[in-house]
Amino acid sequence: MELQKFTYDNRLSSLFLKATILWGLVGMLVGLTIAIELIWPTMTNGISWLSFGRLRPLHTNAVIFAFVGNGMFTAIYYSTPRLLKTPMYSELLGRIHFWGWQLIIVAAAITLPLGISVSKEYAELEWPIDIAIALVWVVFGINLIMTTVKRRVKHIYVAIWFYIATFVTVAVLHIVNSINLPVSFFKSYPVYAGVQDALVQWWYGHNAVAFFLTTPYLGLMYYFIPKAANRPIYSYKLSIIHFWALIFIYIWAGPHHLLYSALPDWAQALGVVFSIMLIAPSWGGMINGLLTLRGAWDKVREDPVLKMFVVGVTAYGMATFEGPMLSLKSVNAISHFTDWTIAHVHIGALGWNGMLTFGMIYWLLPRLYKTKLFSIKLANAHFWLATTGMLFFAIPLYFAGFTQSLMWKEFTEEGFLKYPNFIETVTQILPMYWIRVLGGTLYITGVILMIYNAVKTIKQGSFIPEEQDEAPALDIRKPNPDKGHRRLEGKPVLFTVLSLVAILIGGLVEFIPMFMIKSNVPTIASVQPYTPLELEGRDIYIREGCYTCHSQMIRPFRSEVERYGDYTKAGETVYDRPFQFGSKRTGPDLAREGVKTSRNYKPDAWHYNHFMSPQKMVAESIMPPYPWIIENDLNTSTTAGKIRAMMKLGVPYPDGFDTKALDHLQKQANQIAQGLRDGGIDVEDQKEVIALIAYIQRLGTDIHRESNESIFSEN
Amino acid sequence: MKIVTNALENIANIQIFPILGLLIFLVFFIIMIYRVVKMDRNEVDEISRLPLEKDQTEPKSYAESSH
Repeated sequence: MELQKFTYDNRLSSLFLKATILWGLVGMLVGLTIAIELIWPTMTNGISWLSFGRLRPLHTNAVIFAFVGNGMFTAIYYSTPRLLKTPMYSELLGRIHFWGWQLIIVAAAITLPLGISVSKEYAELEWPIDIAIALVWVVFGINLIMTTVKRRVKHIYVAIWFYIATFVTVAVLHIVNSINLPVSFFKSYPVYAGVQDALVQWWYGHNAVAFFLTTPYLGLMYYFIPKAANRPIYSYKLSIIHFWALIFIYIWAGPHHLLYSALPDWAQALGVVFSIMLIAPSWGGMINGLLTLRGAWDKVREDPVLKMFVVGVTAYGMATFEGPMLSLKSVNAISHFTDWTIAHVHIGALGWNGMLTFGMIYWLLPRLYKTKLFSIKLANAHFWLATTGMLFFAIPLYFAGFTQSLMWKEFTEEGFLKYPNFIETVTQILPMYWIRVLGGTLYITGVILMIYNAVKTIKQGSFIPEEQDEAPALDIRKPNPDKGHRRLEGKPVLFTVLSLVAILIGGLVEFIPMFMIKSNVPTIASVQPYTPLELEGRDIYIREGCYTCHSQMIRPFRSEVERYGDYTKAGETVYDRPFQFGSKRTGPDLAREGVKTSRNYKPDAWHYNHFMSPQKMVAESIMPPYPWIIENDLNTSTTAGKIRAMMKLGVPYPDGFDTKALDHLQKQANQIAQGLRDGGIDVEDQKEVIALIAYIQRLGTDIHRESNESIFSEN
Repeated sequence: MKIVTNALENIANIQIFPILGLLIFLVFFIIMIYRVVKMDRNEVDEISRLPLEKDQTEPKSYAESSH
């Protein structure tokens, strides 16, 4: 058959590659900044947009969506055309994808430090940006699927299946988790509340790890490891099995983020079982990656690209063994809310994603610029800095995690908490936080070496914008003699639909009973909606990212009930949009902070002074000061709109309450402010801090209310 | 939407859902394993060499293999 000539475009992969490096550096520097803030809380004293709670979402989003996202697209735009023997479907769509994605990242880098956040982890961006993400993602999907449709090879190589699964699943996850009711251009409330919101969020959150950080990088691995080692993958059959098993099982595992929480037991059990099952397909991928290098270990000794791939895939194996272990309830009881989780995710991010990205960059640059890598020595130095940096980062945090958790749970012989002051468990682990900073610095130094190496390589070479290739046309009219999976591989659209079905089954089986069966969220008669002032205070709590350090979920353990008060019930969260369970306790849990009889109760004046200067109230505190909350006036221009939005979502405020909301707010603010003034604090009614105090003092109090009468009845 | 909600609220034996999901997965998994084991070794070798094709000097070998 006649050979057709065509070209591969290198421009887009090159653009994505440079964006990967740039955003990688930015994301990691933000990470280093917040790591330092934890040991030097007053470092950015008074600068709201540099505070830990606002920068932490920026760090996670930048690393996930900007660094790994651009890395994934670099791999996809380079490998897809070469594997399918055709140029990408549309260069225009590719450009829209590239620039659209970068614009989204810039929008995130501006809005998150400003406190414009939904507060759902890795989904913090507000609704206009969410819509932009969905649109750009569809553009990417069309380009990818249409490229597979007009390919010149019969069969679609395994890397592409992983790309397709990534596209399909991330689209579903993003859309379902982002359904919000807008109040203004920068503020919205999720349609889900409390425990249900938590289930949707962690179904999303866990699968963001699965389908944004894992599947596209498995695709990358299946293309670039054979390329770099110049040998085919170890077992193609294994790749088929582990692909389907992985996408089928991963989607169920989300509830393991909510073990011992108010989520119903059946959903927790489901999450645990499927998490344990995940070991098999995950290790299938790791084994396939590592064994591809069988007989090439001599090359691994010399080639920094292969070295990085080996450490990356090994880190993947470690993290995917650790993950299922962490989802066992008994292990999770110790690990959850501690630095163990932070260590775990960084083995994944620094090891798996980081190392694979760096390896790919070192492999691609000389090929895109038709030259040799400027310095193999520097690349080797980068390898060692990255590897030791990762270990110096993770190991101290494992240690910190165990230590803090054991201290939280320790009782004296008399039956009292041995460390009743939370701060004792913080000061104990601060040395570990110092070593983490060292680890992060080493890792970033490696990245800076890579940037120097890349710039030098680019300068000494000349860019190849296009590469020629030729292949015979694929005659799709010919009857297909293949059977089974090979036939399926030949049908990209059907393949996409089946991937979608596979991931939907897991999602629906968890969601339908959770949302539809009333007994899953038993209502509590005394639980009532937030007052307008509390709602505004809650939105400040969300804006400042308080959830990044404080949980609102008391687990049913003796140690937690003793420390914080009665464990959290599902029915208490029904007005929480979004939920604020949190995932990390750098500070104490706040679920019952307002309960006057609890050991943690603090009066309004304490909170006021604490926001002004935490160190004044608790000398060793690592919480940053929040002077702007003290100084800023509360913006009440959208209060009525917020109440209306809540009413639309089914929150039972009395009829017409939106018009009275402002009066109610002012009355309550005056009461709190007057109390503070009586105590000698000079504060005006309309300050933000008043609203935040109102919210904090409401936390966890509803089940202690004696009367079930509406708190709005007088108004 | 209300109709759907009502229907689902009164759904009987909802507890069976996760079990059904697990069964669907198991059946799918077993069929897949069977198919994969049955795959022809030569074909498998050929597909697994797809990323390497470009490195070979003669694109001819590709033309032969796809027919």
